[in-house]
Amino acid sequence: MIFVLPFVQLLILVNAATMDMRNIKMIIVDKDLSSLSRRLSDKFLQSPFFSLEKTGISTDEAEKEMLVNATDMILVIPGGFEEQIYGEGRAVLQVQVDAINGMTAGLINAYSSQIISSFNRELISGDGGNAYMTGDSQTINIGYSFWYNSELKFKYYMVPGILVILVTVISMFLSSLNLVREKEMGTIEQINVTPIRKYQFIIGKLVPFWIIALFELAFGLLIGKILFNIPVEGSLLLLFAFASVFLVAVLGVGMLISTLSHTQQQAQFLNFFVLITFVMMSGIFTPAESMPHWAQQVNYVNPLAYFMRVIRMILLKGSAFSDISGDFIAISTMAVVLISLATWRYRKIA
Amino acid sequence: MKEFLGFVKKEFYHIFRDPRTLVVLFGLPVAQILIFGFVIRNEMEDVRIAILDKSKDAVTLEITDKLLASGFFSLDHYLNSQYEVEKYFRAGKIREVIIFEENFSEKLEKEGKADMQLLADASDPNSAKMIVNYTRGIVANYLNDLNRELKMPIVIESRVRMMYNADLKSAFMFVPGTMALILTLVSAIMTSITITREKEMGTMEALLVSPLRPFQIIAGKVTPYILLSCINAGIIILLGYFVFGLPIRGSMILLFAETILFITLALSLGIMISTVSNSQLVAMFISAFALLLPALLLSGFIFPVENMPKVLQWLCHIMPPKYFITIIRSVMLKGTGILEVWKETAVLAGMLVFFLGISAARFKVRLQ
Repeated sequence: MIFVLPFVQLLILVNAATMDMRNIKMIIVDKDLSSLSRRLSDKFLQSPFFSLEKTGISTDEAEKEMLVNATDMILVIPGGFEEQIYGEGRAVLQVQVDAINGMTAGLINAYSSQIISSFNRELISGDGGNAYMTGDSQTINIGYSFWYNSELKFKYYMVPGILVILVTVISMFLSSLNLVREKEMGTIEQINVTPIRKYQFIIGKLVPFWIIALFELAFGLLIGKILFNIPVEGSLLLLFAFASVFLVAVLGVGMLISTLSHTQQQAQFLNFFVLITFVMMSGIFTPAESMPHWAQQVNYVNPLAYFMRVIRMILLKGSAFSDISGDFIAISTMAVVLISLATWRYRKIA
Repeated sequence: MKEFLGFVKKEFYHIFRDPRTLVVLFGLPVAQILIFGFVIRNEMEDVRIAILDKSKDAVTLEITDKLLASGFFSLDHYLNSQYEVEKYFRAGKIREVIIFEENFSEKLEKEGKADMQLLADASDPNSAKMIVNYTRGIVANYLNDLNRELKMPIVIESRVRMMYNADLKSAFMFVPGTMALILTLVSAIMTSITITREKEMGTMEALLVSPLRPFQIIAGKVTPYILLSCINAGIIILLGYFVFGLPIRGSMILLFAETILFITLALSLGIMISTVSNSQLVAMFISAFALLLPALLLSGFIFPVENMPKVLQWLCHIMPPKYFITIIRSVMLKGTGILEVWKETAVLAGMLVFFLGISAARFKVRLQ
């Protein structure tokens, strides 16, 4: 169970967590019905991003469709569109986007304005408008290249992130629930009366989970490599070195949670709370730099934020030890502090 | 009935006698909403960039000023040569490098064109795309200002209306999502744990031999959680309204009824999980992987269902949170009535009957 579930998850989540827009559902309300308006509609339909849901209905009807989520976007081509273009040289289109999800609304808007402006350019050049544009206008050619992920594959970004979540979930749950379970069952008292020292007990408890989690990470990387062909630019040794320190910190958090709770239910709740908060703040979905200042400061004590950054740096960019030495020092300090805290909080009394 | 009420009271004591659970139970939604609201943002700002300016003349400095004045970029430092790019990218200090070629303004003046290079760290592909587009937009604006006297012969203007969420606030997306998440957490997970706990501790036998009927035991177990879930849902909606200005455009009664429906469904899922697991650990693992993560990722909470591969879309269609989130968004933010969401409601109701049926069939009066 511990091994199968996470990997089914890896498969599902990586595919689910995608921001590549496809099949944007749109409705075109064409009030002009001219050859020009049809050319514009065709432009949208030829694009791989849009799929036409309905056409030939009124604006009101289209808005009703948006209410029932049958469309993401409505394009209204006003009557007299063609006349205005050829007569006055300007026309106004109306675009309505369902903006409840602000992120996708922004993307939809970007795609549609791209299509409209390329249509605009086409009209200018096709109608001999070129003469107006050249002359002594100045242009700046902007070349651009995307480093480390030239095809902009979102999967390369997500796989490392999801691996971080998986190993964190596994190690935190195992470590926090294990001790509480012994408390709940009463078996902890038997250990308490043995001569074993506090730190020996804690370490003994944690080593197996530590090994399981590292193994899990290796397995996950292998799957990521085989199935998603994620790049491994940097040194795996460095990655595992960082991961082993990171896991000590996470196990420390788990241990701390278990010393703070009496029942598995409590521990579980604390786990969810800490985990969801850590994950959301770690920058897995949205870059940590665009978070407000206070959130960035909180991230200084969020082990996931470090690992999330480092695993992507090592795998995708091939960063070396010198690039991540700051993170290394921070995560090591955190590991030491958390483990000591857990040992100190653990009392040999029931 | 009296026995039943006594049992419900006992369950309430179980929850209320432990301040820790209580704090988490009510602190969790509040913290979650606030964190998501303030931390998860669609827009970027202060993106750190480096500039390799081989000309350092009037035009490049002006463009640099324009870039930095936008508030979108903040200059980390100037580079001296192209060889440094790799070093800074690897250290993760900057996200974009802007390179101006030599004699930039001279070329622009004489030949009418000059070259710029943008290098973006695309290990975060979406941000890289945004950053490059933004940079190009600013430079294009600068050019437009330069060429103002030249007029475009044909201009198609598009007026964009962002429906239901004019300011593109991310709160509109995550408040319904968080609601689904919290209700799943409180209802399904807590129920499954509290029932398996009785099994694990062996106290289930004591309950089974009591005059209470099995149905009453289960109902008594879940009643407190129904109440707590309702309070949580209320807190979330109020926070959304007062802190993030989320409107409630539809009918409150419908919203409330749909919430109750979803809570009951989540509870029935919790009961079902408890019938298949014998220890709390197993119950938690099933809950975490089968309920929590899908609620987060397979529900359209963050990532739209339409973008996923077909197989996953089917999977999404059997996830209760997906329907609930759709309903909440429609009723709360779009102001739709039952006529528009009856399909989703029917699906949820169907699932409820199905899960209750399975649980009833699987629930054993005897333990072994």
